[in-house]
Amino acid sequence: MAWVNAVIQGVLTGGLYALFACGLSLMFGVMKVVNLAHGDLAVVAGYVAIGIITVTHIPVLWSFLIVVPVMAVLGYVLQRTFIQGALDRSVLTTLMVTFGLSVVIENGLLQFFTANSRAIGTNLALVSGSFNLGSQIQIAYLLVVIFAVAVVVLLGLQYYLSASKYGRLIRASADDREAAQLAGADYRHVFGIAAAIAFGTVALAGVAYGMYSQLAPTTGTDTILLFAFAAVVIGGLGSLWGTLVGGVVLGVAQQIGAQINISDEVLAGYLVFLAVLVLRPQGLTTRRTHS
Amino acid sequence: MRAGENGGTPLLEVRGLVVHHGQLRALDAISLRVLPGEVYAIIGANGAGKSTLLRTIAGLHRPTAGSVLFDGKDVTALRPEHRARRGIVMVPEGRRLFESLSLEENLRVGAAYGRAGPWTIEQVYQMFGWMRERRDQRTAQLSGGEQQTVAIGRALVANPRVLLLDELSLGLAPVVVQRVYGMLPDILATGLTVLLVEQDVSQALRVASHIHCLLEGQTTLEGKPADVTAERVEAAYFGLSGTASGHAAAEEGSEL
Repeated sequence: MAWVNAVIQGVLTGGLYALFACGLSLMFGVMKVVNLAHGDLAVVAGYVAIGIITVTHIPVLWSFLIVVPVMAVLGYVLQRTFIQGALDRSVLTTLMVTFGLSVVIENGLLQFFTANSRAIGTNLALVSGSFNLGSQIQIAYLLVVIFAVAVVVLLGLQYYLSASKYGRLIRASADDREAAQLAGADYRHVFGIAAAIAFGTVALAGVAYGMYSQLAPTTGTDTILLFAFAAVVIGGLGSLWGTLVGGVVLGVAQQIGAQINISDEVLAGYLVFLAVLVLRPQGLTTRRTHS
Repeated sequence: MRAGENGGTPLLEVRGLVVHHGQLRALDAISLRVLPGEVYAIIGANGAGKSTLLRTIAGLHRPTAGSVLFDGKDVTALRPEHRARRGIVMVPEGRRLFESLSLEENLRVGAAYGRAGPWTIEQVYQMFGWMRERRDQRTAQLSGGEQQTVAIGRALVANPRVLLLDELSLGLAPVVVQRVYGMLPDILATGLTVLLVEQDVSQALRVASHIHCLLEGQTTLEGKPADVTAERVEAAYFGLSGTASGHAAAEEGSEL
């Protein structure tokens, strides 16, 4: 029963990881940008939510309505300025620029908010409550909701990319930006929109993580970015649903590791990550020929 | 003697265009005037600068000097996407279809920022019946000639005023090339102007109303196909030395 519990908890945690990973995957898939500041941006979103809730006393769930658009706008602006500027030089430059961004954000947070960790506290039953399956399995509502949100976000993204005008332009610009320009599309604007979506999803993930666990200035790089990377690589680079597969595999591996020995939780996840890198470097959901 | 041949108000005009690729002077003071309704062919050997010229007109290269005028307005500073929206649309060399998009999605991207006009996706399907049945296929599954046709369709649905065609025949079997060029009359009938680059001289002479030969970035010959002899074209194309006459023509040509 304990093992069943581990698998269930792992699958549900995978939803959170997918939420972290899909923005990273989108930016890589479209712009070939590996955003090393991805995790820090999630933490920023969480801190912004904490700030808004503290100052305005609005209900926790309402904070999403502010944080997600704010981060999306930030994503568009950062893409059109720093990231596009780096991209015009070389793909490698984007690594340095986003790494720099990561360092600046992390130290900025340390400076202004100290190293103390914070949680997005609430007495909402949705956030703190749970239900039981049998006597040994206790499932937090929050994790179920986050998993459902992740699935909805991925469905929405898939629909947007495949059926909307800008979704089509995003895919076209990812294929061949010069040909997109010849069709009248400003790929910089299109990339900005893709970045806005990616930042919006990471904002969602950051606030959700703040409710699920605790946020500190270093959480972005030492936890979120690494888990997101692992989920993306396990699922397959650039694959949207791969992030959910990767997130779930990572989550289950961690929970099973924790079941064996509580201190092996994180290690078990990375062992699976390593195994996928060695045995199936293209990821679980993508075909090898496609690249 | 050439007065009037290229008179009238040009739709597209290039004045003294100089383009560098790094240290290399790829184009050296090229000028040309394309009149409405013309099929203007730029010919020349590999590396003559033909594609560079077309890409500069489309906005993909920045010239070191000179200007590009479209419909009387200077568009030299405009980015390619803005030129496309105004009606300068290029079918790039190597087709460059969006490979993760279906055939129809390729056309829809082409139409996304297009001008209003006679060409719609429906119109393209009517002209090329086979596309309708295969609209949902990835373009990688199409043959080279089919891909080239889709690339032309993607440009047409933007309703260009001047269509730039870069090396349509590249990598296609002769019989397919014939078929692709066979579409030109139908396309021209909708009031388009065509500026094309072609390595295959006989093909260019067959379809063009005006030819312009480049050699190492310089104009070596210009005129109507009927007015130039095969010898002069050959001399201008290869830059043969027995070509005092060819070079004389070149100088005449570049003064136009």
